[in-house]
Amino acid sequence: MATQLLRRRVTQILSHGSPNPISLPRPFSSATDTIRATLFPGDGIGPEIAESVKQVFRTAEVPIEWEEHYVGDQVDPRTQSFLTWESLESVRRNRVGLKGPMATPIGKGHRSLNLTLRKELNLYANVRPCYSLPGYKTRYDDVNLITIRENTEGEYSGLEHQVVRGVVESLKIITRQASLRVAEYAFHYAKTHGRERVSAIHKANIMQKTDGLFLKCCREVAEKYPEITYEEVVIDNCCMMLVKNPALFDVLVMPNLYGDIISDLCAGLIGGLGLTPSCNIGEGGIALAEAVHGSAPDIAGKNMANPTALLLSSVSMLRHLNLHDKADRIQDAILNTIAEGKYRTADLGGTSTTTDFTKAICDHL
Amino acid sequence: MGGGVNSLNMQLRKELDLYASLVNCCNFQGLPTRHENVDIVVIRENTEGEYSGLEHEVVPGVVESLKVITKFCSERIAKYAFEYAYLNNRKKVTAVHKANIMKLADGLFLESCREVATKYPSIKYNEIIVDNCCMQLVSKPEQFDVMVTPNLYGNLVANTAAGIAGGTGVMPGGNVGAEYAVFEQGASAGNVGKEKMVEQKTANPVALLLSSSMMLRHLQFPSFADRLENAVKRVILEGQYRTKDLGGSSTTQEVVDAVIAKLD
Repeated sequence: MATQLLRRRVTQILSHGSPNPISLPRPFSSATDTIRATLFPGDGIGPEIAESVKQVFRTAEVPIEWEEHYVGDQVDPRTQSFLTWESLESVRRNRVGLKGPMATPIGKGHRSLNLTLRKELNLYANVRPCYSLPGYKTRYDDVNLITIRENTEGEYSGLEHQVVRGVVESLKIITRQASLRVAEYAFHYAKTHGRERVSAIHKANIMQKTDGLFLKCCREVAEKYPEITYEEVVIDNCCMMLVKNPALFDVLVMPNLYGDIISDLCAGLIGGLGLTPSCNIGEGGIALAEAVHGSAPDIAGKNMANPTALLLSSVSMLRHLNLHDKADRIQDAILNTIAEGKYRTADLGGTSTTTDFTKAICDHL
Repeated sequence: MGGGVNSLNMQLRKELDLYASLVNCCNFQGLPTRHENVDIVVIRENTEGEYSGLEHEVVPGVVESLKVITKFCSERIAKYAFEYAYLNNRKKVTAVHKANIMKLADGLFLESCREVATKYPSIKYNEIIVDNCCMQLVSKPEQFDVMVTPNLYGNLVANTAAGIAGGTGVMPGGNVGAEYAVFEQGASAGNVGKEKMVEQKTANPVALLLSSSMMLRHLQFPSFADRLENAVKRVILEGQYRTKDLGGSSTTQEVVDAVIAKLD
């Protein structure tokens, strides 16, 4: 099943596509094939919001069968982290997953959970669609952009050393291969989602060779997509433009560090991490959607958590699977519920519980 | 992109050892923005960090860039920041970092900041990760007072803070060293080298005028500095003469004439 899906996806990607996003027109109606997806509920508020997602999917009759995996309490020697080998194999097999917030255990002798997922599944691009939620007013009303961040190298290579006492060097690595890969994904995403402009964010005036290489790769890919406008923006200029007029941007593609900062800045523009969906793309078409907020241990178990981020991430997962009608229905239900304002969780200024909010969304379906 | 204006800036800073870059971002009366109560001073380490210019190609297609952090420079900038806060009656200094990922490099920066903080018990000190910082800047900027940062983050934070408080056309700044000080526009973001702005005379002189008032203060001419600053602020408040970036249509010369007219 998975290999069939992969083959079809590859054919789709190679044939210059229809305006439909990634993934293939399926010969069977989506209602009959159940897709298996891995679910990591996570810690803290994770299980509650994962339950919301399951409930909404059930009500919307989404053909997804969840395979739940939890973080273990012992380090698995095969993965050197608290995530078991079985969990990772499950994602590799199903090719799609949803992850709730995971609290990184403190201590040595194991890799961080996010790092494990990223390295083992080769998740090379982090995609965050940021759009203003109608009905939830922030200072910015017209945000509608996607940030695509290279996720494997750059400044986060973790290669640091102390030269002599009091002098530390940290290496930033940029390779042609990784830059081409993320640029290809960015342009492909722009094309399949009907986006018109891709902006590469850089600081190549100072970091001439590293960001220069990144830009060169972006330019090469841009030539293959002449219908998409390509521009390059220096990062300080980008920050300034984002806070003054975020409507200027469409799709942003960036190396690791800048991507981290800009994607969080954009999340701040629309209302914070509690409302921002995110999706990690890996080699071979793996997609792991995740909620990027923390596990909020202080409100765990109190039915106060806001499931919006995880729900919107699950919507982007559905789009990746080409289940657009379901994705649109669920997204509209979420946006309408928030816009109506009657049922809002505490972080949005309301008093509803998680279950009430979820029920309101189900009613809107 | 290569060589050009920005490398000249770096050269100036390195040769004259202008180790601290100050950007003063605050709301101006009469210039409404989306954010209120912004009064942030960004103090950015200006000589090392990611802008060391040490890059090389390892093999074709793989490039390395060195980010260098030294205790000497980190301590120096932390001392400057706290001393600035102390002398200007500021209440809080926030260190911006990414030490959860760059443990040794930003860790060293933080260590230096913490050491200096212990010597100024009257000033509150806290630390914030750079991505969270940017998020907080666009939602709750009033929580920040003085911010001390390494080179790259300082560039981004200064431009973001300038953007939320009114734009790079109005924020003053300066580069300060032990022996020399060079004042310039606080955040320059992208308008450098634009021929069109010169032709159409839409460049905003406010930032440079306010920076020169900072220079006058530095030279111990407070009365002149005050006069210039008040004149500029009055012109902004009245709102009659504004360049394009502030939503008006005056030329550079018209704004300058208005400032001169307001000088008392």
